[in-house]
Amino acid sequence: MRLSDLPKGAPAVVDRVDDAHAADPIAQRLRDLGFVDGEPVRVVAIGPIGADPLLIQIGSTRFALRRTEAARVTVRQEAA
Amino acid sequence: MSASALRIALVGNPNCGKTALFNLLTGGRQKVANYAGVTIERKEGRFTTPSGRVLQILDLPGTYSFDANSPDEQITRDVLEGNYPGEAAPDLIVCVADATNLRLHLRFVLEVKRLGRPVVLALNMMDAARRRGIVIDVPELQRRLGIPVVETVAVKRGGATALVERVDGEMPAAAAASIDDGPSRADLHVQVRELLTATVSMPRQTAELDDALDRWALHPVFGLLILGVVMFLVFQAVYAAGKPMTDLIGDGFGWLGDHAAASLPVGPIKSLVVDGLFGGIGTVIGFLPEILVLFFFILLLEESGYLPRAAFLLDRLMMSVGLTGRSFIPLLSSFACAIPGIMGTRSIQDPRDRLATILVAPLMTCSARLPVYALLIGAFIPMHHVLGVFNLQGLVLFALYAAGILGAMAVGWVIKRIHRDKSEHALLMELPSYRMPKPRDIAIGLWERASIFLKRLTGVILALTIIMWAISTFPGPPAGATGPAIDYSIAGYMGHYLQYIFAPLGFNWQISLSLIPAFAARETAVAALATVYAVGGDSNTVGLAHALAANFSVASALSLMVWFAFAPQCMSTLAVIRRETHSWRNVGISFGYMFVVAYAASLLTYQIARLFS
Repeated sequence: MRLSDLPKGAPAVVDRVDDAHAADPIAQRLRDLGFVDGEPVRVVAIGPIGADPLLIQIGSTRFALRRTEAARVTVRQEAA
Repeated sequence: MSASALRIALVGNPNCGKTALFNLLTGGRQKVANYAGVTIERKEGRFTTPSGRVLQILDLPGTYSFDANSPDEQITRDVLEGNYPGEAAPDLIVCVADATNLRLHLRFVLEVKRLGRPVVLALNMMDAARRRGIVIDVPELQRRLGIPVVETVAVKRGGATALVERVDGEMPAAAAASIDDGPSRADLHVQVRELLTATVSMPRQTAELDDALDRWALHPVFGLLILGVVMFLVFQAVYAAGKPMTDLIGDGFGWLGDHAAASLPVGPIKSLVVDGLFGGIGTVIGFLPEILVLFFFILLLEESGYLPRAAFLLDRLMMSVGLTGRSFIPLLSSFACAIPGIMGTRSIQDPRDRLATILVAPLMTCSARLPVYALLIGAFIPMHHVLGVFNLQGLVLFALYAAGILGAMAVGWVIKRIHRDKSEHALLMELPSYRMPKPRDIAIGLWERASIFLKRLTGVILALTIIMWAISTFPGPPAGATGPAIDYSIAGYMGHYLQYIFAPLGFNWQISLSLIPAFAARETAVAALATVYAVGGDSNTVGLAHALAANFSVASALSLMVWFAFAPQCMSTLAVIRRETHSWRNVGISFGYMFVVAYAASLLTYQIARLFS
């Protein structure tokens, strides 16, 4: 499942970040920010216009990501 | 720069408190605020340790990784790698990390360590970490990292003692340098996780207060409502709180001017003092309270951590007009002055987004325009109450600010149309923890602003006012002249020529003339009008508003306000655009489009307003 499809508040774990194209700087930055295998993530808030951007909590940090950015992240929902 | 000074660089993730630490160490007053990307340049300060060692401290823009994305991050990377022009790599790197957010910040620490230079880790915001019940096993962290680790609280006096003792002592050994490649970067996260498990215990991932506030502040409906109310209240407050103080200062200067007039012999000196100094400068200084009220609110918003939330709420809207949520903070600071606003765009990674933000930033009504608006609104807009609560003058002021914002959206949209590209523009913005604004930081911010204003007033504005006085006074009328003396002065001639251009907008010659010094500093338009009318004998020192009301129509006043909402920015702004974009073309575009928009909008305003009056 893509992070952009994750329902608000549902706990999930990052699986991987895919490059949208070759040498994708956005994907690289996401990995640097901690979007790596096994990291717990959650959608905390959703933007008011067009449900964009998403506020993602990863670790103790909250990042605003646009849907296109969040779509690069694949997550898995684990039975809590 | 003495050769013996030990050179220390402060680095770390954005918003971890590097600049607060820098200020604490060096006694500096660099700007601090609660959002990522406040520091956009390398700053330098000095500090002498208790043992007499001189340290040269470098404050660098925050960065998430050495894979630099934006111009400010590039500076940090170049300095650390010794590639910054004219500067050797620092002797010691102090890596600052937010103790409440080590999962993110430790990764960068590991990346810095791999440079193979001496590194000290400062765990900052230890007070906040303790309040949240976060326990860090510092000795164990130090052992595992293999670098010295100290605790700091940059916002508290004496909060850097441990750091000072550490850098005053023996130089830590450099860690082994290692190469930066893909797989080893992934390893960093594994290492961070191991470190955290072994040394940090967190009862809760986030602060409860943040969760509670964000539920409202980021709510799709209430969030926008709150944002609207906050912005609206700021502008109402500028008028409601600033105006009485302005009147008081105006009266004070009027009284002083009258006394000065009584004690001086009649002649050019008396005219210079009364008409030029008290009339011109006195009028401008009266607007300092409004400017400070505006700044007070901007500082509160910056310190609290609310601004990135506003950026989150507005990102989609800004994207639709070719900007980005990241543009919000530079654009908001442009309400103070476009210059820091334009410089603040360095934290926008995408070059097109950045240029678009630079081009529209001057449309945000800067505080230098406030005196002009306040003067005209005071003279022409009645003090009605609308719906019982809103003050009509405040509403007009709000409308002028709104005109600038709508103009910026329109221009952004046009740029997006002209400059089409299919590439993706990233947002990727961190939302910081909320923080109670520190009265001391607010006071310093206000003091800095007031002193900048007073410096401008006693520098460029004073000089221009004297020039305006001189050209309005000389040459005197020829013998047997029948018209007013000022018509024969240089100012009179220049003004009448300029009026050919500006007459369709409803500007009389005095206004047309005042637009020239306004190009150097906006507030000077007020001083220039005050001087010209005072020399012309239409006004005493306090009566500029009356002189204006007697001399031109409401339609002209509205047209002039609209002109200032869109008019080409001051020279300093153009110089900053040149410096930031390295292009005269962008300066030309910026000046040109604003002139055309301002002329068209004023023309329209005047011609329509005339139909109704």
